[in-house]
Amino acid sequence: MEQFFQQLLNGLAVGGIYALVALGYTMVYGVLKLINFAHGDLFTIGAYLGLTLLASCNLSGMLPLPVAVLAVFVMVALLAALIGFLLERAAYRPLRNAGRLSAVVSALGASIFFQNAVMLIYGARVYVYPDFLRPDFTVHVFGMAVPGVRLLVIAASVLLMLGLSAFIQRTRTGAAIRAVAIDPGAARLMGINVDRVISLVFLIGPGLGGAAGLMVGIYYGQIDFTMGWSYGLKAFTAAILGGIGNIPGAMLGGLLLGVIEALAAGYIAIAWKDAIAFLVLILILIIRPTGILGERTADKL
Amino acid sequence: MKRMPLYLALGALLCVLPLVCNAYWLDVCVMIGLYALLALSLNVILGQAGIFHMGHAAFFAVGAYVTAILNTLCQWPIFCTMPLAGAAAALFALLVARPIIHLRGDYLLIVTIGIVEIVRIALINDIFGLTGGSNGIFGISRPRLFGFRIVKSAHFYYLVWGMVGASLLLFYGLWRSRFGRALNCIKEDDIAAEGCGVNVTRYKLLAFVLGAFWAGMAGTVYAAKMTTIAPESFNFMESVIIFAVVILSGGSQLGVLVSAFLFIGLPEVLREFSNARMLIFGLAMMIMMIWRPQGLLPPGPRHYAGPSDGLPPAAPRAGNQATEAGRSA
Repeated sequence: MEQFFQQLLNGLAVGGIYALVALGYTMVYGVLKLINFAHGDLFTIGAYLGLTLLASCNLSGMLPLPVAVLAVFVMVALLAALIGFLLERAAYRPLRNAGRLSAVVSALGASIFFQNAVMLIYGARVYVYPDFLRPDFTVHVFGMAVPGVRLLVIAASVLLMLGLSAFIQRTRTGAAIRAVAIDPGAARLMGINVDRVISLVFLIGPGLGGAAGLMVGIYYGQIDFTMGWSYGLKAFTAAILGGIGNIPGAMLGGLLLGVIEALAAGYIAIAWKDAIAFLVLILILIIRPTGILGERTADKL
Repeated sequence: MKRMPLYLALGALLCVLPLVCNAYWLDVCVMIGLYALLALSLNVILGQAGIFHMGHAAFFAVGAYVTAILNTLCQWPIFCTMPLAGAAAALFALLVARPIIHLRGDYLLIVTIGIVEIVRIALINDIFGLTGGSNGIFGISRPRLFGFRIVKSAHFYYLVWGMVGASLLLFYGLWRSRFGRALNCIKEDDIAAEGCGVNVTRYKLLAFVLGAFWAGMAGTVYAAKMTTIAPESFNFMESVIIFAVVILSGGSQLGVLVSAFLFIGLPEVLREFSNARMLIFGLAMMIMMIWRPQGLLPPGPRHYAGPSDGLPPAAPRAGNQATEAGRSA
């Protein structure tokens, strides 16, 4: 039983990270119907930027550690958001009116570009996050020793998700994002600046993705330049699992995928965990073809 | 066909290429031919039927592994394994595509990506104890054709490009047939196609099976050329490259050939930039798509038999573009 709960918590931590990255996929998909394959690499960039900021700016020397980490979080999110914004301007806006798959190929090109840019700047080796960042306290819950960092990662991702939900559901700008996701043409007629909404989505998504990159760095302690490819694929899977375009769906899909993976790794075989995650995805899609929370929209004839 | 002279010129050029190329570039041309073969087979699924399929490397892998296993364990000659490799890939495609064929656009896309990953992980984990784990299988013998042993790059060059030529003819015939028209109709609007009496599920499955059969045979050639195969040769990135070749081509067969040259040739041309070459490659992918969003060479309009049949001349249909595949999804 203890193993089960440990794996569950581990799964929730990883799942929270997946969910944060999946939100970027699903929001971009919502407004543009585009699978932004470069999103995973923005996540990598977040992890590397975090390392650079922590190591080179010596923030931890000037400020108390939690404040420094928080400051780096904000800076990484802002920088990743800026890169996402520029990416949309350069690679996706010219293809706005072209076929959907042309933009997908452009996104794949952008992904290769970013991945190799990170490799050229930092080199191909694995980087290790400084040890002192990892909070090394343990919490005892029901007699189990749970690493504090695990709980912090879960808390941080839940906090970010709640913040995003509140923003989307309760503010005027959030309403504009929802409106554009439902029907860009009608949204434009209602006086919504669709281009601005799309830019905003490309700020929020990569911002969350970059923050998730930093969290992976702190949680696992090491990063490499290809990690965006696998995390991006997983997060995209999570977004589809929950029903792409659906924001609560991405959160649910991310957490669920993380838990499935952790349980598969714990109880079946670690070598098969990715295959099992994909298998579960396929099974769920066979039963619910538009994901868990995706609505079954009627076909327009 | 307006593009006939272009095809003839390209064919003549390809015939004499081995006489002027050095061994290195000949090898590159063999790889280009192999990718052209794969992309032509994917074009049936993605370009003609408009099914979002990003997992073609899975079928390629099945074909290559069937050949490798039959050849190394049972000592079958390579060419005898080819139909079986194709059939195995086709059967695999039928089995995995049947339950998911009704999924729309992007849901199908991630499922096909998932299939590639599952196949790769299964190969790494030495499924059935036959695949040799992450080291793969080595010692695959060279193919023999009527006593002639195919060893050198030039031999493989003619083999691969001969297959490409045969595929071009076959897929062209298919495009002109009822089957091709049905696929194009499904791509434009699958609901309308269903309404016109096209059995959408059956035709989509047929497209999958045919494409997979071809990819499986390409796998045979790949295994014979490399003599060693490993799971990492069939990862998601390979699928992405084949997918991108088809999208950039615009959906016509000539476009697929040009696009294969660009995609596989470009990284080789960029070798002098050493580390930065994939950076430039990614940049080039973006620029090419922005430059030609509809693809390099979209297929021309279909021409139907004119008044000679006693029917009024049909209005030429608008060209089908691979890039428009997802409008209806």
